[in-house]
Amino acid sequence: MKKYIIQSLRLTGVLMVLLCVIYPLTIAYVGKFSPGEGGGEKVTKNGKVVGYALIGQSFTKPEYFWGRPSAVAYNAAGSGGSNKGPSNPDYLKDVAGRIDTLLKYHPYLKKSDIPADMVTASGSGLDPDISETAAIMQIKRVAAYRKLDERLVAEAVVKNTEGPLFGLFGPSKVNVLKLNVALDELKK
Amino acid sequence: MNTELLGIIATYGLTLLIGIPLGIYLAKMFAGEKVWTDFLKPLEKGIYKLSGINPEESMNWKQHMKALLTINMVWLVYGFFALIYQDKLPLNPDGNLGQSPDLAFNSIISFVVNCNLQHYSGESGATYFTQHFVFMFLQFVSAATGIAAAVVLFKAFRDKTTTSLGNFWVFFTRSITRLLLPLSVVVAIILAFNGTTTSYEGKDQYISLQGDTVGVSRGPAAGFVAIKHLGTNGGGWFGVNSSHPIENPNYLTNMTEAISQVIIPVAMIFAFGYFIRRKKMAWVIFGIMTLGMMLLLIPTVISETGGSPAIAKMGVSQLTGAMEGKEVRFGPTATAYWSTVTTIISTGSVNSMHDSGMPLTGMYQLIAMMMNCFYGGCGVGILNYFIFIIIAVFISGLMVGRTPEFLGHKVEAREVKIASIIALLHPFIILVGTALAAYTITYFPDANWAVKPANWLNNPGFHGFSEMLYENTSAAANNGSGFEGLGDNNTFWNVVTGFILILGRFLPIIGPVAIAGLLASKKYIPESAGTLKTDTLTFGMMTFVVIVIIAALAFFPALTLGPVAEYFTLIK
Repeated sequence: MKKYIIQSLRLTGVLMVLLCVIYPLTIAYVGKFSPGEGGGEKVTKNGKVVGYALIGQSFTKPEYFWGRPSAVAYNAAGSGGSNKGPSNPDYLKDVAGRIDTLLKYHPYLKKSDIPADMVTASGSGLDPDISETAAIMQIKRVAAYRKLDERLVAEAVVKNTEGPLFGLFGPSKVNVLKLNVALDELKK
Repeated sequence: MNTELLGIIATYGLTLLIGIPLGIYLAKMFAGEKVWTDFLKPLEKGIYKLSGINPEESMNWKQHMKALLTINMVWLVYGFFALIYQDKLPLNPDGNLGQSPDLAFNSIISFVVNCNLQHYSGESGATYFTQHFVFMFLQFVSAATGIAAAVVLFKAFRDKTTTSLGNFWVFFTRSITRLLLPLSVVVAIILAFNGTTTSYEGKDQYISLQGDTVGVSRGPAAGFVAIKHLGTNGGGWFGVNSSHPIENPNYLTNMTEAISQVIIPVAMIFAFGYFIRRKKMAWVIFGIMTLGMMLLLIPTVISETGGSPAIAKMGVSQLTGAMEGKEVRFGPTATAYWSTVTTIISTGSVNSMHDSGMPLTGMYQLIAMMMNCFYGGCGVGILNYFIFIIIAVFISGLMVGRTPEFLGHKVEAREVKIASIIALLHPFIILVGTALAAYTITYFPDANWAVKPANWLNNPGFHGFSEMLYENTSAAANNGSGFEGLGDNNTFWNVVTGFILILGRFLPIIGPVAIAGLLASKKYIPESAGTLKTDTLTFGMMTFVVIVIIAALAFFPALTLGPVAEYFTLIK
């Protein structure tokens, strides 16, 4: 028994050096050569950092494309979903409220034009993307508030739409932050 | 065909393409035959030497279990204190506090037993030191513990009659050096180049496009996320696990993570068959496990892509399916796939909030964890399945009037008793835990804990009951996913699930290894016309039926009170 205890202690120590020092430091070194140099890829506007490509932001102003509802108000110091169950009456009230808000700002829409991702909170609360449909339905509003030709805004949406992986796997999506930055830069 | 469906087909296809050859490699590697990774021998020799281990020393099954329990005990004690005092240890750029004793008790058990239940959030409840030197360390070694235990069982059936079953430290060390570590490096690099952070910098702050000041948690997560999946651990770097965009940046990483959590459990089936020189048996076990998986996967995909009936009534369009708690970059189909594999295998990492899934999806997740043997966790999946094999051998033996035998060894009362206890332990701890929670919430709603029982549930009605059932099931199955609406960071849940975790881990490891050890020491009976063949499809189906009947009898009432009742209220 005593033999096993000593072997256990020594083996634990040796493996810690391998697994907790050498392994992560190797990955940290390799990560330096990745696009964000290991610290997360940043998005800049006119040379100034305005956020991280992967972290969604809260957009409430009408001249911006909006992202999805978030249970943590896009505060990336933490993360979290709503964890509301599908039959929760309070939750269903929230969803109905979101639909009304969207209809108010987009009077040209029918309820069936609104995709589910615009009225439901994401899992992380930091979802950087919306679906293609969700972006398209906002074009008219954004163009009106920015006094831009709808065609220009639509072009920006197309440019910022990322299709399925290799054109084959998974959904297509629009990164809201990148799209809004593109619009801001278009204006000047 | 739609791209979301194509995505999961490709994911599963790639899993088999990697998993099956990996299993054949593992069989050779653990048998000590020549393999291409032999260049790592000097590293292993160094490890043995520094640890005072003689790799030639052979152990019987009891010595194996003693070694296993001793080293696990060392980790428990060390990790408990490291978590309590993490605020005083280095590598804490965000200034996070130490864990409370009951939380540390739960966290350390949960990681030692390969569950990763996580009643804390990675952003605030752990430091870079404890993330690495406690949690990530345990993700490697707990997976290796499971694999090593399975190899002991393999070894018992390789030779005709034997008591010497190899060296535990060797199986354990090789699981890390020849399997977990090299694969982790590959996966971590894929993640790093897709956006998962690797640097040790602390929280960052920036001013958003709209002018808000926002903080963002980061840290050296890529290496952690790699082993969390490969080792079927599932504990996230961040609170929301793999739904976090840094932990799982895009569809490619989602595929990578979904594949890496399934390859070792699949490989272990083939490692078993090839190691004991019965390839057909591996294919039968694989076939039955795949059948079980598909029976859960297909309805889950249908349930999620069908969308929420309550939201459909409001008139918005659910083009690709239900979206609450899900991320746009994965979509409902890949999310459904993930939720199935993470629960049939004891990973428990999530890329969506399971609490917000459809009621029937929740039921399939629960069933997956209640059966806990379709592929199953690293090493322990095959151990769990072995228990059902023994029961199936016994029942079939009775049915056809033959002496129950498994691979040339008589299965007698002692082995069947052990198997029955282990098979019944799982429903017992789940249901007792849930009953205890329901009792507490009803009779002591105002108990003075960090979260009052009255405030435990994030959702009313049947769904609230499902939250408690899920937590106990997840703990017993060493899964680690949760219906995270449950207010679980308080004395009650930390202590109750802590005990469930320990019982749900070590007994289901000791049981099968003990049975294997006992069988292997018995006289070998050559196969004859009267032998019940255990590598046929008929016997496979028999095992499947045993699994289904045990689960149905034990869990049907509880499932009816939770997800089934919620489903019917939602569609009415």
